[in-house]
Amino acid sequence: MNFKLSRSVITSSVGFLMFVASFGQAARAETLLLNGAGATFPYPLYSKWFSEFKKVESKAEINYQSIGSGGGIRQVMDHTVDFGASDAPMTDAQLAKAKPALLHFPMVMGAVVLTYNLPGLKTDLKLTPEIVSGIFMGKITEWKDAALVAANPGVKFPDEPILVAHRSDGSGTTAIFSDWLAKVSPEWKTKVGAGPALKWPTGLGGKGNEGVTGLIKQSPGSIGYVELIYAKSNHLPVAAVKNRAGEFVVPTAASVTAAATVSLKSIPEDFRASITDAEGKGAYPISGFTYLLIPVSMPKAKQKVMSQFLQWALQNGQTLAEPLGYAPLPKTLVQKALARVALVKAE
Amino acid sequence: MSSAKETSSRRARGVFGSSRRDAHRGDRRFHWGLRLCALAVIAILGGIFFQLSKQASPVLSKMGLSFFISTEWDPVAESFGAGAFAYGTLVSSFLALLLSVPVSVGVALFLTELAPSRISLAIGFLVEMLAAVPSVVYGLWGIFVLAPWIRVSLGPLLRKFLGFLPLFQGPAYGVGMLAAGLILAIMITPTIASLCREVFRAVPVANREAALALGATRWESISWGVLGSSPSGILGAVVLGLGRALGETMAVTMVIGNRAEIAASLFAPAQTMASVIANEYAEASAEMHLSALAATGLALFLVSIVINTGARAVMRRVASGPKRGKLGTLSKTASIEVRP
Repeated sequence: MNFKLSRSVITSSVGFLMFVASFGQAARAETLLLNGAGATFPYPLYSKWFSEFKKVESKAEINYQSIGSGGGIRQVMDHTVDFGASDAPMTDAQLAKAKPALLHFPMVMGAVVLTYNLPGLKTDLKLTPEIVSGIFMGKITEWKDAALVAANPGVKFPDEPILVAHRSDGSGTTAIFSDWLAKVSPEWKTKVGAGPALKWPTGLGGKGNEGVTGLIKQSPGSIGYVELIYAKSNHLPVAAVKNRAGEFVVPTAASVTAAATVSLKSIPEDFRASITDAEGKGAYPISGFTYLLIPVSMPKAKQKVMSQFLQWALQNGQTLAEPLGYAPLPKTLVQKALARVALVKAE
Repeated sequence: MSSAKETSSRRARGVFGSSRRDAHRGDRRFHWGLRLCALAVIAILGGIFFQLSKQASPVLSKMGLSFFISTEWDPVAESFGAGAFAYGTLVSSFLALLLSVPVSVGVALFLTELAPSRISLAIGFLVEMLAAVPSVVYGLWGIFVLAPWIRVSLGPLLRKFLGFLPLFQGPAYGVGMLAAGLILAIMITPTIASLCREVFRAVPVANREAALALGATRWESISWGVLGSSPSGILGAVVLGLGRALGETMAVTMVIGNRAEIAASLFAPAQTMASVIANEYAEASAEMHLSALAATGLALFLVSIVINTGARAVMRRVASGPKRGKLGTLSKTASIEVRP
């Protein structure tokens, strides 16, 4: 009795396993899985893109883990994922080590904004590059500083010290912000430099945009920087920053896109360019691209889906960017990027 | 020896009806199974140590041992030292112990010695609930409640009355070493309190009764009979709490201010070894930076081992030391005499 029972259990479970296996086989033939990992900043947009793209191309299943740009670069170089994503372009040294070679595709744009806690301030704060670098170097320590007063005529500043808040975790936001500071301040360039993690001359570190915002909201007289999208969705006050053309520009999707439009000539073939401190009217100076890192050769089936996705995201995908707070790429840049999709070859 | 084996196996066969060989085989399997479990622990520890050392070797060969002392941490210039982080970890953890141990022992004593059983059950349950709160929740609470409170109330108060000490000078931003120590103290209190409660429960009732019979007051009976016979147990609880404080990452990162500096003031921001790893690992891509983070992990690993071994040595000395004072001798003699 016992024996019979166990035998029937075995037969039925084997049958079930075969059934499941056949199902898996069928599913594998149906869909094609692409794995990616990297930057957290574009993650909300990317996940929207992947789900929308699946409606167009039902066989494509794209998995993306937002583990940070550094992690994305490491994983795509180790071949643990099919593609990577990064806010800052890879360095020459990193690219030289990548096998197969990696291509940078700018997908969308973002910006870093300065936000502050000054109770009673009615208008937007106006900041020049000299003021921002002075504050973050720890040289301008009072709100009543002459430079601040001169840049903001009519504003009555509190008699309070300035508390600087910065990101404590490595991030693309810090990379763009420090890249801009290094361009506008020679002192910043030599003493601090640019990168996702820095040795800050002054201030408190908060983890993530929410950590920095927490510090700023809790401390009157503080100033810090966060991503444009984060500031928008949380209705934080943002400062207008003086650009190379001498205008004070408020960060918006349009002024960020303008930063890329005016820099088109200086953007190299492989798109690895910094567009901070862009020269031209209407450009917000602390803007940057976020990239997908795609190997030049991929297995045939994957290469097909990857190319389809890149074309879709660079064209149809751009319209989804602005509602989510990202700045779309300028049209001319989209054309240039589309031309490079053909460089992704099948193995 | 062999005859004893034989009789025991014969007895086993008599009772369970299994053959002699089978009984031995089961024993052996059991023995080896357990041995494997124990070896797995050693293998895992060894594996962690090996992997960390391997990844840490580039930065250690570049910076040498000064990596563990230097307070310079500059990812752009690729100059790394974990001294400030080691300082942050040790000071925040010991600050937490300083604040937490008296409270935890008090809670445990109240629960076992004074509280009526119903209240004791309820409070005991609440204490254990505290241990179940995720650390990110403590961190958020730290940012939004604790830090403003330190900035507005506690900081100015400490500066007013203890401001002559370098510990309480400078501006209080709210976040900083003090906030980290306070939040860690809250986080390790349930661990220490519930372990101490178990330790005090294990003290025989006879100890307390003996002290009372000798004319001791309630306080004396508790301090001689209960505390006096459990120093090693308390120390064990403290070591486990310290272990949690040393390794705690999320909550500390959120309130410590994240600055690689050694400052005398507890109001100043600092950073711990665990928090720098959590902060920078995801975005690090340069080889030297990754290696420096691995080396920081190695340093944290070594600090934990040294502190645990040290505490264990102290514990052994306390438990078996020749001089146990009047408390120890009292509890010993009392329990011997009273037992039937």
